[in-house]
Amino acid sequence: MIQARRVLVVMPAFNEAASVGDVVTEVLREAPDVRVLVVDDGSVDATSEVARAAGALVATLPFNLGVGGAMRTGFRYARDNGFDAVVQVDADGQHDPAELGQLIDGLDEADLVLGARFAGTGDYRVSGPRRWAMVVLSSTISRIAQTRLSDTTSGFRASGPRAIHLFAQHYPAEYLGDTIEALVIASRSGLKIAQLPVAMRVRAAGVPSHHPAKAALYLGRAGLALVFALVRPRSTYRIGSA
Amino acid sequence: MSLASYILGIVAALLVLGVVIELLRRGRLRERHAAWWILAGVLALVAAVFPVTLAWAAQLVGVQVPTNLVFFAGIAILFFVALQSSSELTALEKRVRTLAEHAALQDLRIRQLEADRRDRKRVDE
Repeated sequence: MIQARRVLVVMPAFNEAASVGDVVTEVLREAPDVRVLVVDDGSVDATSEVARAAGALVATLPFNLGVGGAMRTGFRYARDNGFDAVVQVDADGQHDPAELGQLIDGLDEADLVLGARFAGTGDYRVSGPRRWAMVVLSSTISRIAQTRLSDTTSGFRASGPRAIHLFAQHYPAEYLGDTIEALVIASRSGLKIAQLPVAMRVRAAGVPSHHPAKAALYLGRAGLALVFALVRPRSTYRIGSA
Repeated sequence: MSLASYILGIVAALLVLGVVIELLRRGRLRERHAAWWILAGVLALVAAVFPVTLAWAAQLVGVQVPTNLVFFAGIAILFFVALQSSSELTALEKRVRTLAEHAALQDLRIRQLEADRRDRKRVDE
């Protein structure tokens, strides 16, 4: 039921000129009613120009803020321009725009819908320490959110009006904060979180990292992000305070 | 204690206070950042002019060698100054982030307004 909602697709992009044009075109083909906002996160290549030429709105950050900063920019735009739903789609093409409608329909039941990569559809696989890290994170956050979440680091997610207002103010900029801490903020603020299985595709450009040392670092930082998100005073997330 | 080391202590303390006050006077240092430095300078000056206060304070808290109290106080003050700087840096980064996001959205809005105006002109003509 897309017709009732004004949907904004937010696409954080850092030096993604090679793929962002095709992804924008594909999103607009799959879902002609949505607006696409590409947040150019301080790219040094032609990301902004390519995205604009493909028909997206483009907000160009003066320097790199990380995915969290780019997403908050998107949430602010959505809040200030009266959008009812924000869907985050990665500019590297690993999220399938054909599943947009599904995620948005999920907002009927929840404030935040995650597209989960391990929930059965598709053949996205991660192995070794990184996989264990994801499992530990998922089970912890599932307990906090009081719903079963199998893929808490998925960037493919849809936010409803309540989530948009919360995130426009409190979307974390910290590395990994954007995925993990955002979930904790949402559940601590009483938002309802749900997940839907989605298929992931191979990235159109760019390479994923799978080095063991990197995976260990990833787990450490993720754990830290989680712990601090949990012990933060409740007043931090009040809407209305700066 | 020799006269030379007595004078050295006083001169060093006065130098610290002098530099801090001069920076404050020229507006190169804000008052709230200067508080720790002024505290350190004043304590150093008191201890330098009246060494017996240092001995008395050391005895009071059970430190056997008064110099160790100086080191302890010095490290503690440096620690708090560094911590305060990190905290302020965090606050500044937060503001810079917000400004960057704001600038990007304003830029987008200007572009849209300009495009609207161009379209309207074309319709008028």
